[in-house]
Amino acid sequence: MSRNWTRYIAKRMTALVCLVFVISLGTYSLMALAPGSLVDSLLGPRGRTPEAVAAVRQEYHLNDPFLVRYGEWLGGAVRFDFGNSVRTDESVASGIEQRAGVTVTLALMAFAMVLLVGVPLGMLAATRKGGALDGGVVSLTTVGVSAPPFASGVVLLYLFAVVLGWFPPFGAGQGFLDRLWHLTLPAVALALTAAAIVVRVTRSTLIRELSQDYVVFARARGISRREVLTRYALRNALVPIVTVSGLVLGYMVGGAVLVEIAFSLPGLGSFLVDSIQYKDLPAVQGVVIVIAVFILLVNFLTDLLYVVIDPRIRLGGEVDG
Amino acid sequence: MADLTGVAELAPAATAVEVEGPARRRQRPIFVILAAAVLAIVVVLAAIGPQLAPHDPSAQNVLLGTSGPSAAHPLGTDDLGRDILSRVFAGARSAVVGPLLIALGAAVLSATFGLAAGFRGRRTDSVIMRLTDVGLALPPFLVILVVAGIFNGGYLLAVALLIALFAPWDTRIVRGATLEQAPRPYVEATTVLGLSQRRTMWLHILPNILPLIVVTACLDFAGGLVALSGLSFLGIGVSPGAADWGRMLADNEPLIFSNPAAAIAPGVAIVLTAAAVSVVGDWAYERLSGRQGR
Repeated sequence: MSRNWTRYIAKRMTALVCLVFVISLGTYSLMALAPGSLVDSLLGPRGRTPEAVAAVRQEYHLNDPFLVRYGEWLGGAVRFDFGNSVRTDESVASGIEQRAGVTVTLALMAFAMVLLVGVPLGMLAATRKGGALDGGVVSLTTVGVSAPPFASGVVLLYLFAVVLGWFPPFGAGQGFLDRLWHLTLPAVALALTAAAIVVRVTRSTLIRELSQDYVVFARARGISRREVLTRYALRNALVPIVTVSGLVLGYMVGGAVLVEIAFSLPGLGSFLVDSIQYKDLPAVQGVVIVIAVFILLVNFLTDLLYVVIDPRIRLGGEVDG
Repeated sequence: MADLTGVAELAPAATAVEVEGPARRRQRPIFVILAAAVLAIVVVLAAIGPQLAPHDPSAQNVLLGTSGPSAAHPLGTDDLGRDILSRVFAGARSAVVGPLLIALGAAVLSATFGLAAGFRGRRTDSVIMRLTDVGLALPPFLVILVVAGIFNGGYLLAVALLIALFAPWDTRIVRGATLEQAPRPYVEATTVLGLSQRRTMWLHILPNILPLIVVTACLDFAGGLVALSGLSFLGIGVSPGAADWGRMLADNEPLIFSNPAAAIAPGVAIVLTAAAVSVVGDWAYERLSGRQGR
């Protein structure tokens, strides 16, 4: 068993490294093709001299061939050195470090909300299938799935920060508790869409499981409703729920961009948008690689979780019977 | 099967649930009527919104500046004194045209590739499936954000990218439905009659999986609207000052203390339109697949 695990993890890690390599080459070529050169964004339209242009080209190695530049960048990137930002002239890696905290806290808070609200609500709706509560939950998810985080963010901002004044409207806060308090509204905005999806998946898989024969037999054997639901049906519904939770974490990276802009939070997402707007290519590359690695790791962990929760799924993908 | 995609092959259980979802998610008649009404209004506004608007959507009144709702301006004005209601009317156009193109484009692509993969099988299938794998690995919103942002992308570039990024998901759905149809007697009959594969796919299998394609296209419309307005919220894809719901939300967010309606109205418009399309999609699925009796 343990040899299987080692082999499987080694295989997946190799694939992961290859994928990151391909993505990095892809983004690097994309940046090289981008209109508006680095020289333009650094020197601006006025007062440029041939000497200044030459100096910039020298500093950023623009005279080297493409693959040489990519190789140099890659050599730095594996040591978590993405070069210096064109905009601030500070190291991109330290910019990412400073801003990752807000994004990670935001995503974790939102993810916790999604699981703590989404799964129980889906279970509740499934057990009362066809009732008024079920109907209400289903209608809510239709709105929730359609509500992008920046739109729900503005409504939340208005209700809870402007009208009621319970939460601060802007900023990320200082210290741990203050930060949690500042990030509550953004996290709710980020969690809404994802929670709606998790509710739907939980509800429909549970409804399918609850209509299976083993549920009827378990009830006939005198096992309580609650126990059948949590020990039997929920356990069998876990694989789709884990799948969708993995997808949700990936979605949150994109959603965080919108939420951070809507709530003026200094996180990775706003860093990415600022860098894109300024054509700060080293910073964009750095953030893209960090995000790609994160998403790939989440996918990997989701696959590992399948094996843990469903013994029929074997490492490497063979399924019994 | 014993490769890295093995586990992932089991994973689409969730996608399958979502695909089956609409059939179980029966919408109540009252919601369907409301949703259809919202859609009708949005479509009319997209066609002739600026003519129906009480004011010129881009007429500035800097002396008036930001003002709250009043008789002359039901939703108030923004910081340049432009009428919010008129701008919401005018914004309907970019909220319909782009998502419509995305839904149609993704539907055509996914029908072409999904039918071929599901019906021809073998090499066609494996080549198409490996291609969709690439698409499924990319988070759509981040890709268009980076690509459209770096290339100073306009609205149409964003639309084209979204078609390319939505198509792989839809192709999988169409392929799955085609696989389900392929062993049925009517398909065998077409083979016995000597119909060409192309004819069987487009004239016989397609009508049977059309409900699924319609509901998927509706979800693409909603997803496309959300993604496009997200991009314009970030200032990518539309020119500054354009009457676009996402852009208005971003521009008017600072007015949340003086005229909150200016920021909330475009957000409500986005959510209502997207929700209405998915409700109507669910309803159409039920009707087309003849399940309204159940």
